[in-house]
Amino acid sequence: MNKSLKMILVLTIITIISGSILSYWDSFTKPIINEYKSNKLDKLILEILPEHNSIEELKLGEYNLYIGKLDEKIVGIAFKVEGSGYQDIISMIVGVTPDFSKITALKILSQKETPGLGTKIVEDPSNKNPSWFTEQFKDVKVEPEIIYVKNAKPSKDNEIQAITGATISSKSVVNILNTNIGKVKKMYNEK
Amino acid sequence: MSQKKVTLFQEFLKGIWKENPILVSLLGLCPTLAVTVSAENGLAMGLASTFVVISSSVFVSILRKIIPSQVRIASFIVIIATFVTIADRFLAAYYPEISSSLGPFIPLIIVNCMILGRQEAFASKNNIGRSFLDAFGVGIGFTVVLVLLGGVREILGSGTLFGVEVMWNSFHPWAVMILPPGAFLALGLIIGASNWLNELGEKK
Repeated sequence: MNKSLKMILVLTIITIISGSILSYWDSFTKPIINEYKSNKLDKLILEILPEHNSIEELKLGEYNLYIGKLDEKIVGIAFKVEGSGYQDIISMIVGVTPDFSKITALKILSQKETPGLGTKIVEDPSNKNPSWFTEQFKDVKVEPEIIYVKNAKPSKDNEIQAITGATISSKSVVNILNTNIGKVKKMYNEK
Repeated sequence: MSQKKVTLFQEFLKGIWKENPILVSLLGLCPTLAVTVSAENGLAMGLASTFVVISSSVFVSILRKIIPSQVRIASFIVIIATFVTIADRFLAAYYPEISSSLGPFIPLIIVNCMILGRQEAFASKNNIGRSFLDAFGVGIGFTVVLVLLGGVREILGSGTLFGVEVMWNSFHPWAVMILPPGAFLALGLIIGASNWLNELGEKK
């Protein structure tokens, strides 16, 4: 057989077989991956909203708001915010009081910060409470803006403590919150 | 083959110590240095690479007489990429936490020269049984070093091993160990130690 023909034939057959195996494998794993992703979002939203018995979804521009209600009274609002971190996008779910004045809870959805340093925004294995960073956002005042302090305990009600060695990651989280919460508040009030 | 006979068992063993991909050949250092911030990451990376190197070696060995030598590298890469994607999707579906912490380094196994090296140097010239044993040994050797390196960095850098606290309370983690310099330091010392052990063995 002609040499070039054989080369083309063999490579084509290998890639076709490879493609078919992968598309089959993808059809098998994709539902599981997607289910995990949407479960994670649902679970975080349930955790973030204060005690509620119904959730109303509201689309505002690029944001999807999840409004938690307890007997028709709004008890809290949760939404996804994103922005650049140290290396890649940090995406998180933030819960705020109905008047957008205070944060009720914060959870990181995905991030690609420096392993062992920036990843402490999610989990800090060196601390007794590994999720101390996100937990300190509870009851932090959003206005005029959230401020981070270094190497000290926060003294004011709009301050949080930055992670030692991961100031940029800490700062990114604060910046993302400051820019997005204000935007959502404005849109929500104009609605 | 004109070379002296190598027993099947030696074929398996050589990848673990004598021709260890990391300690001796210094192959596949990119994932080695990048993902070993913890023993768990090292183990996951090692097992994923072992799966890929074994499956690719077996397939390359089966197809070694059909693939024309001009397109062999392209064919190897396609075969490797297929198994890497299978491993990547498997981790994303069943071990999403590990998958997100290894990030882009699972897909990057495709260009791990340790794996391509086995196809070119061994599987494309040997029968299926030997290729399987060779890949298995190399995979184990790779995994052991990754876990060792990840373990050392995790203990010194975070004070934990496989996520469990192992250091005393007042121990202050050395942040440098989980950063890139720590990877080079720890790997250099581990390679030095293995060379020292080899020399000791020769003197006897």
